[in-house]
Amino acid sequence: MKAKKIRVLVAKPGLDGHDRGAKVVARALRDAGMEVIYTGLRQTPRQIVETAIQEDVNVIGLSILSGAHTHLFPEIMRLLKENKAEDIIVIAGGVIPEEDIPELKKVGIAEIFTPGTDTRDIINFIKEKVK
Amino acid sequence: MEIVKKIINGDRRAAAKLITLAENDFDKAEDILKELYSYTGNALVIGITGPPGAGKSTITDKLTKSLRKQGKTVGIIAIDPTSPFTGGALLGDRIRMQDLSTDPGVFIRSMGTRGHLGGLSQVTQAAVKILDALGKEVIFIETVGVGQAEVDIVKVADTVVLITMPGMGDDIQIIKAGIMEIGDIFVVNKADKEGCERLITEIEMMLDLNQNGQWRPPVLKTIATSDFGIQELEREIKHHLEYLKESGELEQRRRESAKKEIFDIIQEKWKEILADSVSNEFLNEIVTKVVKRDEDPYTAVKKISDILMYSYTQGGKK
Repeated sequence: MKAKKIRVLVAKPGLDGHDRGAKVVARALRDAGMEVIYTGLRQTPRQIVETAIQEDVNVIGLSILSGAHTHLFPEIMRLLKENKAEDIIVIAGGVIPEEDIPELKKVGIAEIFTPGTDTRDIINFIKEKVK
Repeated sequence: MEIVKKIINGDRRAAAKLITLAENDFDKAEDILKELYSYTGNALVIGITGPPGAGKSTITDKLTKSLRKQGKTVGIIAIDPTSPFTGGALLGDRIRMQDLSTDPGVFIRSMGTRGHLGGLSQVTQAAVKILDALGKEVIFIETVGVGQAEVDIVKVADTVVLITMPGMGDDIQIIKAGIMEIGDIFVVNKADKEGCERLITEIEMMLDLNQNGQWRPPVLKTIATSDFGIQELEREIKHHLEYLKESGELEQRRRESAKKEIFDIIQEKWKEILADSVSNEFLNEIVTKVVKRDEDPYTAVKKISDILMYSYTQGGKK
């Protein structure tokens, strides 16, 4: 019985209540044959990292629209490191200004998908990275 | 073995990795599980099943919180269906258990059915052992109870809680489909909805017709979102456990569960040997012959079995 599946945690850190985008991505990844763990709204960095560890995901996809990404994303990356789980690939999407992207990549976010991204690009990126 | 040591010392990440290995490549996990086995058998296993939307995750969440208050550690295995078309799955049971994710005394794992149900119950049993060895005292297996195959999965539990709700129209139909017999405790959730009393009466009537064994399953009302009835449910679970111990049925159930596990593994192993030792071309040839009536299926099976036996005695390709 051999059946490797890519497991992805789709999480919404912070306080904004808009999960439309996260749900669209979650569905697209599911339809691409992945196992998507969806946790709902308003997750703290600690909740996200703890969930990623228990679920042993390959990828964390963060969706954020509140503008708190420069604060929340580095905290998530720090907690991953603290738990020796920095091998988990972290990607993000939502409303993230162009000028913030270099800083987020520096803390270890693998890729940032801004509004208008084709879900196929996200799928391809994940499949390319998880091998 | 390093990983076994880590798990029995409570390393969550090691436990999570081993569950993944059991899901992806059971043969490799097997060597570790062999060694882990002697550290298992301590947890109480509770199956939670019922139709989609009945409130299984919410009730699991509430029961877990209550157990935590009593100082008990909890493991949760939440199983959701994998799409047979894409192979993907959306696992959303954690949405109802958000507060539990940072509690160090709770470990939650979501699993997709991945289309191989014999394999799934094998993997579920492995996951139960892993959480047991990790030190979780109570383990919930939560699964949608819509078919016999899913029902098989919760059968390994010591106590099975069957959750339904009023107003689903066909909920009695779902219960009829072989699930009725496995419920040790029945819960009608969302009891503030219309039709609750009627549903309870119908379940009670069916249970009366279904007298097998000394345990008469209680039928409880809950409104999980507002904690109504949760305490009573907990009491009934305890009550059932006492009954299991006193009547000797606990031992009986664990025997059944071990037997089922052995047979599940045998089935999966032989399926693998079949896949490894009989080529698709050969199989297609035989199928063609059977369709054309050049050969009967029974002789075909005999031929294939001979190949399997030969392959097995040669040490098999595994």
